Amino acid sequence: MDQLFNVAVSILFDGLAYAMILFIISVGLSVTMGLMGFVNLAHGAFAMAGGYATVSVMNGLGVPFPLALVIAFFLVGAVSVLFERVLYARLYKATELDQVMLSIGLVFMAIAAFTFFYGPAPLTFQAPDYLKGQIDLGFREFPTYRVFMICVGLAMIAALWFGFERTSLGAQIRAAVDNRRMAQSLGIDVDRLFTLTFALGSGLAALGGGLAIEIVGMSPGFAIQYLVFFLIVVAVGGLGSIRGAFVAALVLGIIDNAGKYLWPEGGAFFIYAVTIALLLIKPAGLFGRQA
Amino acid sequence: MKNWKTTVLAGTALLAWAAAAQAETVKVGVVLTYSGGAAEFGQQVDRGMNLYMKKHAEELGSNKIELIKRDSKRPGGDIAKNAVQQLITRDKVDMLAGFIFSPNAMASAPLATQGKVPMVIMNAGTAWIPSLSPYIARVSFSMWQSGYPMGGYAADKLGCKTAAVGYTDYPPGKDSLNAFKTGFEKAGGKVVDAVPMGGPREVPDFTPFFQRIKDAGPDCLYVFVPAGNHATAVVKTYNDLGMRDAGTMLIGPGDITQDTKLQGMGDGAEGLITMHHYSADYDTPANREFVEAWKAEYGADSTPDFMAVAGWDGMAAIFHVIKTMDGKIDAEGAIEALKGWTYDSPRGPIMIDAETRDIVHDENVHKVIKKDGRLAIEVIDTIKQVKDPCKELKVGKCGQ
Repeated sequence: MDQLFNVAVSILFDGLAYAMILFIISVGLSVTMGLMGFVNLAHGAFAMAGGYATVSVMNGLGVPFPLALVIAFFLVGAVSVLFERVLYARLYKATELDQVMLSIGLVFMAIAAFTFFYGPAPLTFQAPDYLKGQIDLGFREFPTYRVFMICVGLAMIAALWFGFERTSLGAQIRAAVDNRRMAQSLGIDVDRLFTLTFALGSGLAALGGGLAIEIVGMSPGFAIQYLVFFLIVVAVGGLGSIRGAFVAALVLGIIDNAGKYLWPEGGAFFIYAVTIALLLIKPAGLFGRQA
Repeated sequence: MKNWKTTVLAGTALLAWAAAAQAETVKVGVVLTYSGGAAEFGQQVDRGMNLYMKKHAEELGSNKIELIKRDSKRPGGDIAKNAVQQLITRDKVDMLAGFIFSPNAMASAPLATQGKVPMVIMNAGTAWIPSLSPYIARVSFSMWQSGYPMGGYAADKLGCKTAAVGYTDYPPGKDSLNAFKTGFEKAGGKVVDAVPMGGPREVPDFTPFFQRIKDAGPDCLYVFVPAGNHATAVVKTYNDLGMRDAGTMLIGPGDITQDTKLQGMGDGAEGLITMHHYSADYDTPANREFVEAWKAEYGADSTPDFMAVAGWDGMAAIFHVIKTMDGKIDAEGAIEALKGWTYDSPRGPIMIDAETRDIVHDENVHKVIKKDGRLAIEVIDTIKQVKDPCKELKVGKCGQ
């Protein structure tokens, strides 16, 4: 019984930690896709840029890790505005294929650019000592870094929930996701709104990228290797839904971990099986609205 | 008088022609990953080869060597095979060299046989590759050479009675798993769990795999993953889960403590025990000289690793062939020259086994220590002149 409890706690805890990264990176993608219907496959490239930014300011300026994450958040968020205004904005009314071509092209350019400047080898990164090792939470020990990840994730969720549900800006975004034309008719500047959410989403992706280095490492390939997982979270959660992205990340994180723990030979099979099953039952995602 | 002049002229021309006939240019087709995710591996081998050529240029006398380099990009085998085809038919190379990934060597082997071109393998470690063509000689290693003795060593010397194996789910991973398991169980140990941990491309979150192993509580955890991101994540997860305190020792083949990646692994790697045939930290005259030359050539920050040494040794083998045959290469003669060839490599004494055309070298037990503020490899034990155990024991395809 004790053993069983331990296994369950392990799976839930690790699944939760994994889900936090999935959520932080994917939520921006979900909102921007819901808002503008723009298929931004370059989202992972912003996460990768965040990872590189985090390490660069840590090594170059000697900034502590948490502050480096914050800097990466703002830096990548700001740079993404440039991309949004110069490149993305031209294609809002274009077909999905054009959007996919643009954003996947950006991914390959980002990979090539980062390989050119940083080399193909993975980044050297050391988490600060206080995030290493184990922390005793009373009934058992947990890896400190993962506890930190969960805390950051929960803080982000709280902030996002507050921002979207309790502020006027959040209300505008929700209105625009629900019905863009009506929102525009009411005088909401949807373009400006989109630039803002795009920056926020990219910033969050960067934060997620910075957090992920310790878990999966960081090399230029990051931009595309994990893209499938982000897209799964968006698809399963439903476009434009923060709650959906969170629940999807949680379900996928925990199921993926349970699968790996209990049946490693199955490999990544579980996450896909669950995705297919969920989308068969709810084609628009868990919290998506039927078109 | 005119006659005298003509005779001299004719004589000079004849002499010049004879000299030209003496000086042969040996074309070597080099197939490595020069671009893509594995570009750094290709670079290590390439640098090792070039360094040897530079240091020993005068040994060839009037003969010359010309490298024709081709990029094999990825492990798939298709691009490498195409490159080899062109090298043989169009460039008419005398020898082939390189090959980072096993599938690339496997796909190219039949072409070496058909085209009768000797092929020097400088990395690809799947055990049975030299059996694929009578013209293959391998100067690098076989996966079994580290995994199998590590199994015996873990059971006999490290005091492991039970072990779990975590491996990246691709051919070298399975090779290493089988090698370790065979060696470990032969020495009386018991493998309690073998956990495939995702593919080589994406680094998975290792936590669920390691948590499973931690809960099983083996004495040793033998891990085979690609060096770099994977290996670093393994060490981090091992430490984060407190597995050392839980009584599980982390061991593996030396691939996971590759010299170029070692410093990136962090202090958590201290105490890690691996089995391998090379580290830049070896304190032997041949290696000190090699590392010094390397740093002078490629910068103080760069370091050679086992791939670089294979490039160096491979070029030594090619030089040996050219010298033995005085530049006139044919496949049978080249392979005959390589059989039983011995050389004092930076990794220690090496030999090409006459029967299998595979490398024979010392396997060393590496311990990661902290020295002068950086991580370093200390050799704590040596197993002399290990022949590929897979072919010795005739396991699976190695027995054919």
